[in-house]
Amino acid sequence: MIDLIWDRNETLSREDMERLQLERLRSVVRRVYSKVSFYRDLFEQKGIKPTAIKSLDDLRHLPFTVKDDLRNNYPYGLFTVPREKLVRIHASSGTTGRPTVVGYTRKDLSTWADLVARVVVQAGVTARDVVQICFSYGLFTGGFGLHYGLERVGATVIPASVGNTTRQIKLMKDFRTTALVSTPSYALYLAEVARDMGTPAASLGIRVGLFGAEPWSEGMRSEIEAYWGLKATDNYGMSELIGPGVAGECGFQEGLHISEDHFLPEIVDPETLEPLPPGSRGELVITTLTKEGLPLIRYRTRDLTELDYSPCPCGRTTVRMKRVTGRTDDMLIIRGVNVFPSQIEEVLMEVQGVGPHYLITVDRKDHLDEFKVEVELAADYFTGQYRHLESLERTVRDKIQSILGLAPKVRLVEYKSLERTAGKAKRVIDNRKLR
Amino acid sequence: MWVKQISVFLENKSGRLAAVTRILGNEGINIRALSIADTSDFGILRLIVDDPAKAYSKLKEGGITVSETEVIAVEIPDTPGGLASVLDILDAGGANIEYLYAFVSKSSGNALVLMKVEDLDKAAAALKANNIPVPGAEQVYNI
Repeated sequence: MIDLIWDRNETLSREDMERLQLERLRSVVRRVYSKVSFYRDLFEQKGIKPTAIKSLDDLRHLPFTVKDDLRNNYPYGLFTVPREKLVRIHASSGTTGRPTVVGYTRKDLSTWADLVARVVVQAGVTARDVVQICFSYGLFTGGFGLHYGLERVGATVIPASVGNTTRQIKLMKDFRTTALVSTPSYALYLAEVARDMGTPAASLGIRVGLFGAEPWSEGMRSEIEAYWGLKATDNYGMSELIGPGVAGECGFQEGLHISEDHFLPEIVDPETLEPLPPGSRGELVITTLTKEGLPLIRYRTRDLTELDYSPCPCGRTTVRMKRVTGRTDDMLIIRGVNVFPSQIEEVLMEVQGVGPHYLITVDRKDHLDEFKVEVELAADYFTGQYRHLESLERTVRDKIQSILGLAPKVRLVEYKSLERTAGKAKRVIDNRKLR
Repeated sequence: MWVKQISVFLENKSGRLAAVTRILGNEGINIRALSIADTSDFGILRLIVDDPAKAYSKLKEGGITVSETEVIAVEIPDTPGGLASVLDILDAGGANIEYLYAFVSKSSGNALVLMKVEDLDKAAAALKANNIPVPGAEQVYNI
């Protein structure tokens, strides 16, 4: 396997990387201080001048930025350029409140395409590939982000967007798609539909898959790879930072290389906000080093991961982040125990006979939390006997209990009865009125 | 030829049983006997139909979770004590019954009992040795 690398900055020595990062950090700090009143006020409150940044270590003295800061400055308050200089606007869905708006200058768009090019090249895509993008094109950054990055690499792009799943399969067949871009849950759904259409996913000849936009597990990866016969890689990004293109996996699938010449990563303790040493699990915090329109200082991603600075056999020297295993804000606290939906997903992937789709419901009855896990019975696992179903439910319950110390009520549901979505899957319903 | 029984996994949710029987009705499949048992979460519907192979594939196509199981049919005089004497024979013959359900045949006036047993051959042998009629599959489908 020839593993191509898109940009020489992906192979800088640690010393050169840190020199570049410091230079860029000082420049972005000066930029936000002089152009964004929100940051100037924050710096002044903390008594920090941009000239105080002498080393990368001084990063810890800078204030954090959170999602609410973007909301409070809706829509254009955090931009460093006049609106006329922006050539593109994207925004978050706003499902959890006021949408967050991000803007790109012409240079930002070019940087973005280059960063996505790094991600798709390290996933194994080349100019010879036909790539079907099953992300929505719109305010969401996924569709356009991947689109321009793939075009920059020279691949043939099919902007299929989401929905109309039978047509997606037909397009794959007719256009001989070789690479797929989607959410991991949509990849599983596509595979089911393909099978029902009598064209098993593995027969479609897709060899590479780039999956992102929602948390997923190693088990889900094996399932997708088995269904499709492709190599499934994870990639990471968020609209506030740029969109997709922040980090991605190489062929070794052991963590996501962060483009740290553009995104300076830290791991902090989500409670104390103190930086943690490499190898510790905590919240990922990113300072954008090269964004023009909307640079962010120490942006709290809410994603939980850890950083690995050890060398990667692929030849890239950039730091790797582990797969995101949860978010500080979708962590459920059930009877005082921290529960991440991803932990439950891992269990469900291990148990034969239950499908990848699940729904967690939390209720509070008589001041006690109760949680229920509904999971689909795999269609070909049904024997017609109660004891098999009961033992399956018991296995799932016991495994979850051994991991969380809490026993859920497990309920087997019919195959395909849980909602499938082309976007981010809804996995949790919390009915407790805690606020 | 053992009798083929169709088992269907049903969530306890309104309309599911109707959905299953509608598929069978639309395909012209006639239900000969059925049994349904449930827990609070799910139920298993067991069906004897006139065309089990077609029922299996049509239900599967309709997205229903389904499986096929072989059961034994036993004809029992429709009189008090009829079932008890048959069960004694099976017990003595070492055939372990997992579940059973019954219906009364229109033609013979006898009760037909469908049994899921661990060892079909053993059960059939015990019954035949005692002159208990064991109708074949075709006979049961066409009752």
